[in-house]
Amino acid sequence: MASTAHWWLEVALRLVVILGFFLVVPLLVGQMEHKAMAHMQGRLGPMRAGGFHGWAQLIADGVKFAQKESVVPADADRLVFQLAPAVALLPYLVALVVVPIGPGTQVGVALDLGLFFVLAVMGVGVLGTLMGGWASANKYSLLGGIRTAAQLMAYELPMLLSAASVGMAAGTLSLGAIVDKWQWWWLPWQLIGAFVFFVSGLAELQRPPFDMPVADSEIIFGAYTEYTGLRFAFFLLAEYAGIVLLCLLTSVLFLGGWHGPFSAHLGWLWTVLKTLALAFVVIWLRVSYPRLREDQLQRFAWTALIPLALAQLAITGVVRVL
Amino acid sequence: MTTESEQQSEQQPQTGPASSDPQREPRASRDFPGMGLVKGLATTFKTMTKHAHTVQYPDQPPELPPRTRGVIALLEENCTVCMLCARECPDWCIYIDSHKETAPAPPGGGRERTRNVLDRFAIDFSLCMYCGICIEVCPFDALEWSPEFEYAEFDIKELLHEKDRLREWFWTVPAPVALDPGAPDPKEMAQAQKVADKRLTAQKAAEIVALADGGAAASGQPERSGPGRSGPAGGAEGDG
Repeated sequence: MASTAHWWLEVALRLVVILGFFLVVPLLVGQMEHKAMAHMQGRLGPMRAGGFHGWAQLIADGVKFAQKESVVPADADRLVFQLAPAVALLPYLVALVVVPIGPGTQVGVALDLGLFFVLAVMGVGVLGTLMGGWASANKYSLLGGIRTAAQLMAYELPMLLSAASVGMAAGTLSLGAIVDKWQWWWLPWQLIGAFVFFVSGLAELQRPPFDMPVADSEIIFGAYTEYTGLRFAFFLLAEYAGIVLLCLLTSVLFLGGWHGPFSAHLGWLWTVLKTLALAFVVIWLRVSYPRLREDQLQRFAWTALIPLALAQLAITGVVRVL
Repeated sequence: MTTESEQQSEQQPQTGPASSDPQREPRASRDFPGMGLVKGLATTFKTMTKHAHTVQYPDQPPELPPRTRGVIALLEENCTVCMLCARECPDWCIYIDSHKETAPAPPGGGRERTRNVLDRFAIDFSLCMYCGICIEVCPFDALEWSPEFEYAEFDIKELLHEKDRLREWFWTVPAPVALDPGAPDPKEMAQAQKVADKRLTAQKAAEIVALADGGAAASGQPERSGPGRSGPAGGAEGDG
């Protein structure tokens, strides 16, 4: 009886920690984007909210979004329209449950098929954008949704192939086991895979320079055009949660997760640090590069990333056999 | 037929395609594929490490250039109510009222003098387009630019500044900007310099004449002193 209560308590605690991570780290990344992007453009970014260098800007934004009216267009498919933000946001929360932060038991659920599960669930997140684009009854939303779909088709394949390369290298699909087996020389060995995984992940999140589906100068805000208030905020939060998950996955799969000095005690810190460093790179890329055109997007995926991912698979296979 | 192009492409597999289209990429990025992308990242990172250009205005006063057109100030004492400014104003936003006062004839003789007295001088800054023509046209420098700009109002009527307020602005008018090095002197300076030079030469001439007079007196020739006396008189004429 006591052990059952203990078990429930532990599960609840793990879920609370994961929920806290899910709610805090994306805001951290968002704030970093505000400030880093501003300074890269010679600006200061938010300076007022909260007093010290605008640290509370995103909280203020959240309050603002919560106060706004949530409008559903008259011609919209109400149910799908209203469900879409949740479909976009929740998969990232679910995926976080199986990603290990530190060695041993520092993971929500140590799933044997962790890698497979994470990639499958991440794919669902994009479905929210498609739903929003279709249900909005707006031509710009529809265009954005279709572009999202095309992007998903093109970039899911290299992402899966490069992730499969790591699975092959480790001989397992369990994320914890992959990090356990990770050695420093995996870094050069899986370098191409890391590049392909990170870039195609960016494209799936529709982050610049792959933000054709929300290209504001062409189609307003793509699938999110008709959204207001909290639903819009959920889409934005989903974007940042997606960044966090992508960076977390990249550091777990390719950068050795919790490996680093004092990893026995501070393993989780290494994972978080690597994740935040990658998130900085995401922001850095956004500031530095212009948006790819739709045809360039497709060509890049099919003629560059997929051959690279296949080459990585071949390299991984050859090295494993040797 | 095929050999030449093939040889070229074999010799320069990297630069071949890029050199055929030099307009598309700058020269430096042809050295190694992807250099342009790296340079873009370097540029943004370098900018991040430098100080931002933002001036946090209400907390930090802006650095205004010396000729900033903030507000127009009036030095009431210099105004003669000539109405030039009001007539030149493209927006007709200067309002002037005046009356004439007659000063009694001075006791030593002469006639009565009339002079204009300024009753009202107002500039409507809700109409003003800050062209500065009134300041240019004022013959007595009664109007000047002041760099002060923080006079926004909640009521547009408050933007009509009467002469007391325009006079207050004059305390904020900066001193005239120094001339550029090597610039010619202003007209007044040149004129004064000319007068001073003339006076100096006249003085020297007088000294020479005085010396000559002294020599003549010693040798006993008094008739030479006539032109010697006329020397200083000529100098005095030049002074006028």
